[in-house]
Amino acid sequence: MELIFEKSAAGRSGVTLPDPIVADANPSRWLPAEALRAQPARLPELTELDVVRHFTRLSQQNFSVDTHFYPLGSCTMKYNPRLCEDVARLDGFASLHPLEDADDTQEILAVMAALEDWLGAICGMDAFTLNPAAGAQGEFCGMSIIQAYHVHREGKSRPTVLVPESAHGTNPASAVLSGMTVETIRSLADGTTDLEDLERHLDNQVAGMMLTNPNTVGVFETRIVEIAEKVHSVGGQMYYDGANLNAIAGLARPGDMGFDVVHLNLHKTFSTPHGGGGPGSGPVGVKSHLEPFLPVPCLVRSADGRLFLTEDRPLSIGRLSAFQGNVGVAIRAYAYILLHGLKGLRRNSEMAVLNANYLRARLRDHFEIPFPQLCMHEFVISLNEIAKKTGVKAGDFAKRLLDYGFHAPTVYFPMIVAECMLIEPTETETRATLDAFAEALIGVKGEAETDPEKVKGAPGTMPVARLDEYRAATQLDVSYFG
Amino acid sequence: MVFAPHTPAEIETMLKTIGITSIETLFETIPVRANDECFAALPTGQPEMEVAAECRRLAGRNRGVHHYRSFLGAGAYEHFIPAAVDHILRRGEFFTAYTPYQAEASQGTLQAIYEYQSLICALTGLDVTNASLYDGASAAAEAVILAVRHTGRTRVALARGLHPAYRRVIETYTRHLNIQLVELPFAQGVTDSEALGQIGLEHDLAAIVVSQPNAFGCIEPAETVARLARDRGALGIAVVNPLSLGVLKPPGEWEADIAVGDGQPMGIPLSFGGPYVGFMSVRKSLARRLPGRLVGRTLDRKGRTGFVLTLQTREQHIRRERATSNICTNQALCALAVTVYLSLVGKEGLRKVALLNLDRAHYLYGRLQALDGISAAWEQPFFNEFVLRLPTSAETVVRQMKKRGFLAGWPLSRWSTDWDERLLLVCATETKSQRDCDDYVQALADVLKVKQTSCL
Repeated sequence: MELIFEKSAAGRSGVTLPDPIVADANPSRWLPAEALRAQPARLPELTELDVVRHFTRLSQQNFSVDTHFYPLGSCTMKYNPRLCEDVARLDGFASLHPLEDADDTQEILAVMAALEDWLGAICGMDAFTLNPAAGAQGEFCGMSIIQAYHVHREGKSRPTVLVPESAHGTNPASAVLSGMTVETIRSLADGTTDLEDLERHLDNQVAGMMLTNPNTVGVFETRIVEIAEKVHSVGGQMYYDGANLNAIAGLARPGDMGFDVVHLNLHKTFSTPHGGGGPGSGPVGVKSHLEPFLPVPCLVRSADGRLFLTEDRPLSIGRLSAFQGNVGVAIRAYAYILLHGLKGLRRNSEMAVLNANYLRARLRDHFEIPFPQLCMHEFVISLNEIAKKTGVKAGDFAKRLLDYGFHAPTVYFPMIVAECMLIEPTETETRATLDAFAEALIGVKGEAETDPEKVKGAPGTMPVARLDEYRAATQLDVSYFG
Repeated sequence: MVFAPHTPAEIETMLKTIGITSIETLFETIPVRANDECFAALPTGQPEMEVAAECRRLAGRNRGVHHYRSFLGAGAYEHFIPAAVDHILRRGEFFTAYTPYQAEASQGTLQAIYEYQSLICALTGLDVTNASLYDGASAAAEAVILAVRHTGRTRVALARGLHPAYRRVIETYTRHLNIQLVELPFAQGVTDSEALGQIGLEHDLAAIVVSQPNAFGCIEPAETVARLARDRGALGIAVVNPLSLGVLKPPGEWEADIAVGDGQPMGIPLSFGGPYVGFMSVRKSLARRLPGRLVGRTLDRKGRTGFVLTLQTREQHIRRERATSNICTNQALCALAVTVYLSLVGKEGLRKVALLNLDRAHYLYGRLQALDGISAAWEQPFFNEFVLRLPTSAETVVRQMKKRGFLAGWPLSRWSTDWDERLLLVCATETKSQRDCDDYVQALADVLKVKQTSCL
């Protein structure tokens, strides 16, 4: 589709603006010449209709949860109630300046306080902060808290973080940003952490261990209590990556399993659609011994019950954003939890796990399922055998599924399984959709065996197919202006 | 409320397919279960209309910038947002899509990001803009880390006019990375360019961070500061208000190597602090060091033009502990708001919005200057904010102005008690009419019990 710049015509505008107050208003009246722009910025010139039509047409080139099944493992692409969108836009929330007095903002602070309490209950944590802007910033926050705790207790930092080889890429990257080096712990054949390998890595240099549970192959770490005890025995802290909380919310709590810190992805488990890649929100919860290190500002209640934000936390890791995080996302999560209550949250988790196991069962006679046990909210299939036999790879399956009207599952993650797909159907999809998806995947397998070139050339129904990524990286074209 | 769609009969069938008899079986492997008591703090689920009513009740009791007439800025700004912006954001195909990993199914999001990148390049005058970061403050911190890694040096000088919260975020992000932060000399509201030569930044300087306009609204001698960075072999990092670039010289033209800032003034509501959107533009030579996502234009196998995420080997999902940043998401939907906003206002519109900011702020400034006992803290050119020296405590004035229906501004002493308690940072954007400004002046005159000696 043409770029917005290519639709521009000199002299058009999509807005009407008031006149200046001052009669001969001109930038050079108020600013020195050397501070001024010589030419206007090269923005396009369009009418409102031009703009609306352009972006509406662009939107129609997307798959989305509203239009397509999106079984993207590790991403929890479920349907989110429309009410959550509406309430975040209420003027009494959306028009609050972040630096307004507590007197004028008691009710938004009450929303934030309630959400902190509820997330604390859901996770079994003693205190929460809503400051982190996304999961990865939550990880950085959590790991910084752990490091600050060690420095406070021992006078020096601990250099090592343990991360299972199946972990999300953000885990090691966040640990490094927090000044630590990463040691990788092996997984057993059933996808869970190898405790013997863990033992080999444990000493008083270990700051902590980062773990997702259920882990990234969709399997619950059944020996989690034992793992936590071992890490704690050397003074290490347990970090819970909440990416997969959608499997257990309302049923089990990281805090009860021995975790000391958690981050959540509100945009996965608690509403807020993904928006094409954000915004998200990554609240962090801690056990009481880590509370003094939470980032500022902290939301506190005075003796008379008034809520206010304070920076008076001498042991805090500091600030993560200019203000108090993505409050607009927190409002959506508040409404989502209020709509569901405990029973609804628990039911959602149950249905998410039911859907995953049902889909897994529909596929088990047709595909290699590397981990034998029942799965949680997502599961892995391996296309390694098929790839060897037919030359059709997991990435090709992904492209061909688009022709069947399904967004592809996550491919090539977790990295411990060759030619894998990570499939997360979520709780909001019907059995009919799951059946149709299973049939599509089985159909593509049949095509791989009979007409592999067709699959390797897919997709055939999209506006583009198989974009040249090498060219994109080597002949870098990332701006219309060159 | 339960969004899960299955009937009891369907659940039975599904369990049978799985080969189990109850849902409970699915959770048997979890060794530590939580009972209802653990979740006692959680609410009972409520019907949609009751949740809607409750949220309306709560929202209705907050008092925001539409309840008052607001002259409060200090890092987040009330601006006009054309109605079409939110209508586009509400397209389900945009807001319920995921990160565009499957390019063929995400051309809408990808092209919109490419356009966003191009528009920000047009504003900053730099070559390459990433797909966005969380907010302006974290973008500034990421820029500092980029500069340290690029130069292999460890000292970073921050102008005192940098927003204090941005400084604190930079401190948080760099605490574990062996980076020393130092401060540039400051005089009369801006970086003291005359003292710059004498500050001993000869060695190991990775970057200088300067804000334009700065946190006090003042226009900095940014060009001089950027030149100093260049002379020392360091990178110049500009923290800019993007809307001001409708009239101000783009950082790329004053030799900054990196420009970062918050896109909030361009189509994003205040929302008590977020979500906003951080942008980062760099010179071409730094492209491979960018944090976060980047969209590139390329060809598909039939020679058709299309868009993909590119240079992904910088990123955490591939490079893991050696990634340029741990960032995973961008702020795609907020970046889309900026894209739609800039497309609507266009070339002349952006210049005019920026001019209206100058106009309102300078009109107000002129009228306030005429009040007895009020003076400018510093005589500097400014964009849409300025610092007043009041005859009394700014806190007291702000409190009394609120009774008259105004958010009067930001007392600088709230940032640090080092600041004189009489200093007040005042902002006037295009949203303020002449009447608003006149009424503000009258109210302040009443509060201070001073006379208006003249009119403009």
